[in-house]
Amino acid sequence: MLSLQGVSAGYGTFRALFDVSLEVTRGETVGVIGPNGAGKTTLMRVISGMIPLTSGSMSMEGQSLAGMPAYRIIENGIAHVPENRHLFPRLSIEDNLRMGAFIPKARQHFTEQLKWVYELFPRLKERRTQLAGTLSGGEQQMCAIGRALMSRPKLLLMDEPSAGLAPLIVQQVFDLVGRIRAEGLTVLIVEQNVQQVLEIVDRAYLLEVGSIKLEGTSSSLRNDEIIRKAYMGL
Amino acid sequence: MDVYLLEAMVNGLLLGGVLALLALGLNLIFGVIDVVWIAYADLVMCGMYAVYWLHVYFGWPIEFACIAAIAAVAILGFLVHLIIIEPILSAAPINQLLATGGLLFFLQSFATLLFGTDFRNIGLRLPVIQIGNLYISYARLMAFAVALAGAVALYLFLRRTYLGTAIRAISQDREIMGLMGVNERRIYLMTSAIGGALAGLSACLLALQYDVHPFIGNTFGPITFMICVLGGLGNMIGGFFAAFIMSQIIAIGGYYASTELAYVLAFSFFIVLMLVRPRGILSA
Repeated sequence: MLSLQGVSAGYGTFRALFDVSLEVTRGETVGVIGPNGAGKTTLMRVISGMIPLTSGSMSMEGQSLAGMPAYRIIENGIAHVPENRHLFPRLSIEDNLRMGAFIPKARQHFTEQLKWVYELFPRLKERRTQLAGTLSGGEQQMCAIGRALMSRPKLLLMDEPSAGLAPLIVQQVFDLVGRIRAEGLTVLIVEQNVQQVLEIVDRAYLLEVGSIKLEGTSSSLRNDEIIRKAYMGL
Repeated sequence: MDVYLLEAMVNGLLLGGVLALLALGLNLIFGVIDVVWIAYADLVMCGMYAVYWLHVYFGWPIEFACIAAIAAVAILGFLVHLIIIEPILSAAPINQLLATGGLLFFLQSFATLLFGTDFRNIGLRLPVIQIGNLYISYARLMAFAVALAGAVALYLFLRRTYLGTAIRAISQDREIMGLMGVNERRIYLMTSAIGGALAGLSACLLALQYDVHPFIGNTFGPITFMICVLGGLGNMIGGFFAAFIMSQIIAIGGYYASTELAYVLAFSFFIVLMLVRPRGILSA
């Protein structure tokens, strides 16, 4: 479904990604793990078009995405839940969700999609008129995920959904990811929380200093000596 | 209560409606694009000339002349963004101020060149309404009603539509608008056109009461900026109320002293409030 071939990208003269190739197949949940500063967030931003790739190719269901601005990439079925959530703090929850349905083909299905998101996150429905900036961290994460789902994506990109949340809430967020995949969505998730993310993904890539160092099924990575030592503290 | 004072206050209220509309337009543009259009009131001048020429010279019915003028100023607003603001969108604020300040001189000089400095009146004589001992100009009453309707329409647009929600959202997080499927450039151009349309609507309402000349913008420009700053720049609700406060000060001051002194009073009030509440009357 999503395919990256030899992608490089960066900010100005600084290169953050080197020759990254990655595949996500329909229905899969795929993880990208790695230390801080490895380029995980850059990778997500390249896929959603927030920053352009400098070389390589990228496609979604056969349609090339290279050079496409972010506002067109979302029309190809890719929604991005950004790091630190980036809600509109002075808009209500429902207006945030409305923004998620901005693209024309999502607007037609606004009512049914909103109903679905509220079923997924009843808490959001209870607080739908509340300003997003006044929500707790976990609720904000629900709202950010709900907003991304409003565009009726085929592929959901999640960048560090557990960042900055209390341990109990982190577990709730990972349960959420499980529910989203149960709904049949394809998910690409970036996490520093290696142990927990390997429990919910089918496959994962290890990204270090901008390059893919390792890939494999989650069970093979869980048993990998390097990963156990460097990322799980075992 | 003195009936003349009451009349002055009613007139102040009626003027406040049009000033509120101008403040809404300026605040809308500032809130979304983060640029102050110094020449905003001169777009109003262009709109007044459009009404004048279409109605007086070409003999169009006043309604059609007004609709055409609103459309023309909306296009003008669109072009101001496309030609002047877009190339310097990421420049320092002072450069943007100078650029739109330059537009002010350009528009005033261009209008002088085209039309001369004559005061021109659209020559529409609207009746005066008598309520008890109170005399109210129909033109002002209508201007007030239309301005309020315009403000309500803008409110509903911002609250109920996708484009309006995006306009409210964009200043809160510009970085991720693309992830929502929003083309930022389109929002800026649409906002500029809507801001232009509001200036055009104000122009129609002011043309009913005032003569048009190339420098008419100077009559409304400074007071509009003062209102916007008083309400908190970019705060549409604050600007809306500030318009009525200012127009009351001018009306009541004008009744007890003179119009000139009323403006002195209004500006003094403004200076004092800026010392007490530098972020505007509605700030916490």
